Amino acid sequence: MQAPLRQPGLIRRVFLFYYTGFKQMTVGRTLWKIIFIKLFIMFAILKVFFFPNFLKTNFDTDHERAEHVADELTRPAQSAMF
Amino acid sequence: MLESMDLSMVNWARAQFALTAMYHWLFVPLTLGITWIIAFFHTIYVKTGNEEWKRLTKFWMKLFGINFAIGVATGIILEFEFGTNWSNYSWMVGDIFGAPLAIEGIFAFFLEATFFAVMFFGWNRVSKGFHLFSTWMVAVGSNMSAVWILVANAWMQYPVGQAFNPDTARFEMQSFAEVAFSPYAINKFTHATSSSMLTAALFIISISSWYLLRGRHQLMAKRSIIVAAVLGVLASIFTIVNGDESAYEIAQVQPMKLAAIEGLYEGTMNPGVVALGIVNRDKQVFDNKDPFLFEIQIPHVLGLMANRSFNSFVPGMKDLVYGNPDYDILGSAQKMVRGKQAIASLDAYRQAKKSGDEEAAGTHLAAFNETKEFLGYGYLTTPEEAVPPVALSFYSFHVMVVLGSLFPLIFLVYLYFAKKGTLEQKKWLLGFGTITYFLGIIAGQAGWIVAEVGRQPWSIQGLLPVTIARTNLTAGTVQTTFFIFLFLFTALLIAEISIMLKQISIGPEEN
Repeated sequence: MQAPLRQPGLIRRVFLFYYTGFKQMTVGRTLWKIIFIKLFIMFAILKVFFFPNFLKTNFDTDHERAEHVADELTRPAQSAMF
Repeated sequence: MLESMDLSMVNWARAQFALTAMYHWLFVPLTLGITWIIAFFHTIYVKTGNEEWKRLTKFWMKLFGINFAIGVATGIILEFEFGTNWSNYSWMVGDIFGAPLAIEGIFAFFLEATFFAVMFFGWNRVSKGFHLFSTWMVAVGSNMSAVWILVANAWMQYPVGQAFNPDTARFEMQSFAEVAFSPYAINKFTHATSSSMLTAALFIISISSWYLLRGRHQLMAKRSIIVAAVLGVLASIFTIVNGDESAYEIAQVQPMKLAAIEGLYEGTMNPGVVALGIVNRDKQVFDNKDPFLFEIQIPHVLGLMANRSFNSFVPGMKDLVYGNPDYDILGSAQKMVRGKQAIASLDAYRQAKKSGDEEAAGTHLAAFNETKEFLGYGYLTTPEEAVPPVALSFYSFHVMVVLGSLFPLIFLVYLYFAKKGTLEQKKWLLGFGTITYFLGIIAGQAGWIVAEVGRQPWSIQGLLPVTIARTNLTAGTVQTTFFIFLFLFTALLIAEISIMLKQISIGPEEN
């Protein structure tokens, strides 16, 4: 007598759901390529080389950052034009 | 020194932010709006079991997927810009926006990642009920992911529920409910989401009209048009109603913006609305030149729009710059004096704290607290600086209103001919219908120009002008990234259009 087929476990079913879904994609493959290229440009190039976080890069502590911003806010008070 | 700052950097940073936000908003409204319409298509399929509805649902899902994939993460660049170009602003609002935006990102990611996959991959692989539920959840998740960014934008226009902490130089949240449920935020969210739905309805009308003109996929096109037109009528009427409510809110909390979008220089009782006009570009707030070269007014309506009363005074830009004691209006000229006192008190407080003089610090802090609501005005160099660009605000507002009024009529005309069964014979209507999506895009962009240009010079209304919100960088740094973005976004747009056109040309899958 043949043993009944065992249903795969939940994790395997979820994996197969995504795996088969991705495998059957047509236009989706092109879209995923665009998404990865875009994310690479954004995070590996733009963020790293062109968009440093000014306050995180130039100051070590929150106290220093607060002092810098407060200096910017009160700078006009030291101006001769004020 | 403020006067020695490189102001052109501010303008480049503003241009870069505007460019990024405008490109981002090419993708967002379609994503927000079409998910609801797809959910309706999918519901009809599940209710009727008719395979044609399934085919139709899958087709629009595919176009949504293309738009989503190309547009996803384009908004993240705005956050890069905050950290680099607008570091003072980022620091000052971090307490209010940081956590909610992070929570939203995580929430939206998990919601969308889970249900998005089920929506696309779930045909015949999960139960029909769960599949339909997933489609609705994608619509809910997409729209929920817009909540906090719109609340943040609304807060910048109407900064409630906060207190400025002079020790940390930050605006700190005092009331979550006031920030999240301010009337400005509610109007902004409802206006953005309903206008997105009408834009998506126009997208469907445009493509379906093209199919009808070509004599292709006629059943799918007609069914799509009927559902899109019904939802479009409802969305466009709702957009007009909450747009009117937004105008009322603007009149209450940003009267300068209202005066600019209406070209109103002199405040009057029961002023009219300018329905059509050509702005006199030579007009200054302090002179007596005519504000318009040509204008057609609808009498007495502006008072109703601004104050919900025909018999009311609406302040003009001159009242808001120089003040009007008859109506207890404080002008930016008077606010500047108090703002400079606030800055001086803040400076004196910091000096006293540094020297350990707690008594003097307490005195200066009390003086600061009395004038802090005018802080931003202290950074203006002339009272006239409080006036936003009038011509751009005026024209953008009027383009948005004219198109917004046209949309329900377009949907109704489509419904009328669809009901009569003569839609495919109306070539003139179908020809016009193919371009209506672009009109929706123009209206949406114009709406954001009204919101953002109309509130200049403020990054936070009345509290922080853009000249102080920015980072002290050189213009060259921002110029480079401006052109990189221009190239990147244009490439993405070309990719979207070419992939989209190819899929439209292929049409829905055959049964």
